[in-house]
Amino acid sequence: MQREKVINALITLLLVVMPLWAWWADEPFILTLLTKVAIFALAGVGLNIALGLGGLVSFGHAVFFGVGGYAMGILASHAQSYSPIMEIPFLIEGTKSMPVIWLVAIISSALAALLVGALSLRTSGVYFIMITLAFGQMFFYFTISWPAYGGEDGLLIYTRNHFPGMNTLDPIQFLIICYAILGVVLYFSARLAKSAFGLALNGARQNTERVLTVGIDTFRLRLVAFIISGAITGLAGALFADLNRFVSPSMFTWQTSGEIMVFIILGGVARLYGPVAGAALFVFLEYVLGDLSDYWHIYLGLLLLLVVLFARGGLIGLLAGREVAHD
Amino acid sequence: MSLLMLEEVTAFYDSAQALFGVSLEVAEGEVVALLGRNGMGKSTTIKAICRILHHHDGRIYFDGTDLGNFASHRAARLGLGLVPEGRRCFSNLSVMENLTAAARKGEWDFQRVVQLFPQLKERRDQLAASLSGGEQQMLAIGRALMTNPRLLLLDEATEGLAPVIRQEIWAAISQLKNESGMAILVVDKSLKELATVADRAVILEKGSSVWEGSFEALTYDVTNRHLEV
Repeated sequence: MQREKVINALITLLLVVMPLWAWWADEPFILTLLTKVAIFALAGVGLNIALGLGGLVSFGHAVFFGVGGYAMGILASHAQSYSPIMEIPFLIEGTKSMPVIWLVAIISSALAALLVGALSLRTSGVYFIMITLAFGQMFFYFTISWPAYGGEDGLLIYTRNHFPGMNTLDPIQFLIICYAILGVVLYFSARLAKSAFGLALNGARQNTERVLTVGIDTFRLRLVAFIISGAITGLAGALFADLNRFVSPSMFTWQTSGEIMVFIILGGVARLYGPVAGAALFVFLEYVLGDLSDYWHIYLGLLLLLVVLFARGGLIGLLAGREVAHD
Repeated sequence: MSLLMLEEVTAFYDSAQALFGVSLEVAEGEVVALLGRNGMGKSTTIKAICRILHHHDGRIYFDGTDLGNFASHRAARLGLGLVPEGRRCFSNLSVMENLTAAARKGEWDFQRVVQLFPQLKERRDQLAASLSGGEQQMLAIGRALMTNPRLLLLDEATEGLAPVIRQEIWAAISQLKNESGMAILVVDKSLKELATVADRAVILEKGSSVWEGSFEALTYDVTNRHLEV
């Protein structure tokens, strides 16, 4: 445990030092890569609440990532075209304000998680995986057939959204925003894991019956966890859309769900910094191996295979030992 | 009125009938021993009371409430505290975390639990998986107490423990009875120790309650007929 805290501190230090170096060396591309790491890590922290704490193997978290992305895309596209989203029965206009967009992304992805969770959590095991996967595909095909918001081509946002007092087009400033959100969510996630709610969720993953017999409704427990998880992933989706200034149905694909899961498996399931380490490794491999070959996913697959076979606690587990997390 | 009352309860595991008519009562503050040879339905009865296994016929009342349609978490919230057979603590949580996960408001909190089991205070940050069998049993009882139950159900709480640890568990059960006045339904095979805490006994045979009476009335003839292997 102590070792894991040291490793977490080192990762934090590395995440602070690298942008400072990139900023000093005038390497905006590195800053963008680090922003991507922070956003992917945020999505991973979201899924880690459902998967790591709750043992819910969701293959549908792309739904929430995409809903968050489209919340940003729809609001920003209406703001840039000066056309209201709706006029009847009341006027709703678009916005370029990041805080408002985040709030909408969190609420809409939480509602999507409520819908998906309320139906899928009545099942377990492979059925749960298949239902969450099916929801992802439903949302994917829905956005493809939604011409008002770009259909298959997606939506292009011309400028990055605004945050009061900051120039979000400056890579370092946008990175600071993403880091700050990641920091807050990591703190929240750590507190949640040690709260009575988080401990009961952890207990329910080990033995549902035991948790029921202490008077806790495990369905409701898991549903709340799933909603929190979805809301965080939705926020990551909104930031990802802002980073790229583009949203498309590809955010809803099962590959996106798989990638978010890969961040956690690479970094360490149920480890606080697992998604951060996993996302960093993923982006690093994408950058390094992507330069070598278009088929870099083959090497990623090989690495994933090695991690699952020989380092089931992921990167953090490999370095810190396996005493806290479940593998 | 009885705190817990079972009337001719029958239950099945899929198509296999396990209980054929169990009747028993536990009053407030009373300790009742549920006895019987292996496979006679003691644990099944506990499961039916806790709604882990839904009964088929008969009635189960807790404090006058018919538990017929209750899910197990709702039954537990009425005041049923289960210490399951085999302990089954949350292995990757610490002692403190195991207790916190189950905690509900009431007079039983961490301080009170560690007064009953001081060993748990020393082990508070240790993972449950790394505890000895006796300590895990104390933790399982502590976890049930943290729910502030009105009726504690102990299913084979001393099974597989060293004699010295068993004495500690029996001393704790005795303390629970004398100091908190908690009603307890206890499944165990140690008649000698049960005699020190139990007010009454109910004997199950082939899934039915066949004998009920005060512990003093549990004569050699009765035990020989229903409990000897």
